[in-house]
Amino acid sequence: MVELLSLFLNSVFAGNILLAYFLGMCSFVAVSKNIETAVGLGFAVIFVLTVTTPVNWLIFHGLLAPGALTWAGLPDVDLSYLKLIIFISVIAAMVQAIEMIIDRFSAALYAGLGIFLPLIAVNCAILGGSLFMVERNMTFIESVVFGFGAGVGWMLAIVAMAAARIKLRYADLPSGLEGFAITMIVTGLMAMAFMLFSGITM
Amino acid sequence: MKLTRTKAFKTFAGPAWYENPINMQMLGICSALAVTVQLKTAFVMTLAMTFVVSMSNLIISLLRNVIPGNIRIIVELAVIASLVILADEFLRAYYFEISKLLSVFVGLIITNCIILGRAEGFALSNPPHLAFIDGLGNGVGYGSVLMSVALIREFFGSGSIFGYTVIPERLYAAGYEDMGLMLLAPAAFIIIGLMAWLQKYLVNSRK
Repeated sequence: MVELLSLFLNSVFAGNILLAYFLGMCSFVAVSKNIETAVGLGFAVIFVLTVTTPVNWLIFHGLLAPGALTWAGLPDVDLSYLKLIIFISVIAAMVQAIEMIIDRFSAALYAGLGIFLPLIAVNCAILGGSLFMVERNMTFIESVVFGFGAGVGWMLAIVAMAAARIKLRYADLPSGLEGFAITMIVTGLMAMAFMLFSGITM
Repeated sequence: MKLTRTKAFKTFAGPAWYENPINMQMLGICSALAVTVQLKTAFVMTLAMTFVVSMSNLIISLLRNVIPGNIRIIVELAVIASLVILADEFLRAYYFEISKLLSVFVGLIITNCIILGRAEGFALSNPPHLAFIDGLGNGVGYGSVLMSVALIREFFGSGSIFGYTVIPERLYAAGYEDMGLMLLAPAAFIIIGLMAWLQKYLVNSRK
């Protein structure tokens, strides 16, 4: 339990998927212009990461990992090189399925999240979450906690950035610094602040 | 006709400088930052990326009249993912050490917005040879930013270039210290911000 809590805290703060591993930068820069859309996209990312990371864990360990096909009488088969193409298809399919389910059962949620879901299929944070899960040999429970924690960390970063950019509108910046350049520099300062959390251990 | 006036040259130079994918269009930043602690990894990443983006542009441009419009994204992703698997397996087989250092970031080339963006925006509506050159230009534009960030980070962070120590011992003895911050994540953000500022300033003042 303690390990899971510390994995969660690490994936939200010190090992923040955006500020420490740079994943999901494209949509981070594009969507952090106002707080409401940032919150919407943040929730969509949490949701999709929490679902796809465990699903990809099941697929990887049930079908692709070396020796995973022993039950089918093929103990020597190693399909792990297929993980990239399988993971990205699973993510695209899951996003599509989630969109349809939300559309069917909750019109309010669909109105809020709907437009963000297609964007998420190409968000590097989602594929990165699944690849880190394989790279770090997580257990199933760990993959759920890590997926959720990484999503929360991403949302925290984008909402904080959106808040900072509202203040930046009133700043008088030199030519060329506005827009992308200042966003990156502010992100750098934010990443420094997040690194201070790395002392926290359970 | 001067070389700089040909359509092929313009197709190459556009993405390599004026419409640089990272600094001007803000695409593909994810992987750009993570692999720039050392020049070696940045260089390998540049090669892998240039290979994938130019080949995917070429293949998609060749297929552009056959792909049905409504499933084109899936077809494009399948082409890109297959090319990335090739690059990943090649690195694992011949350059295992570097592939360990790059870890998940080779795989993440799939979700690099530059590739899908070029496939959608250029390859689908242009002939194969131009699409290939456009891919090369994007690879070079991406690589030049990557290599410059890596040069700054490696030089100030570990006092070396391509793994060879360049800062003399005497300087260390005199009290010089490597800047630890350069090796950490925040430095990458700040350097890329400053570089984007410089490039945008230069491009704007030319106009």
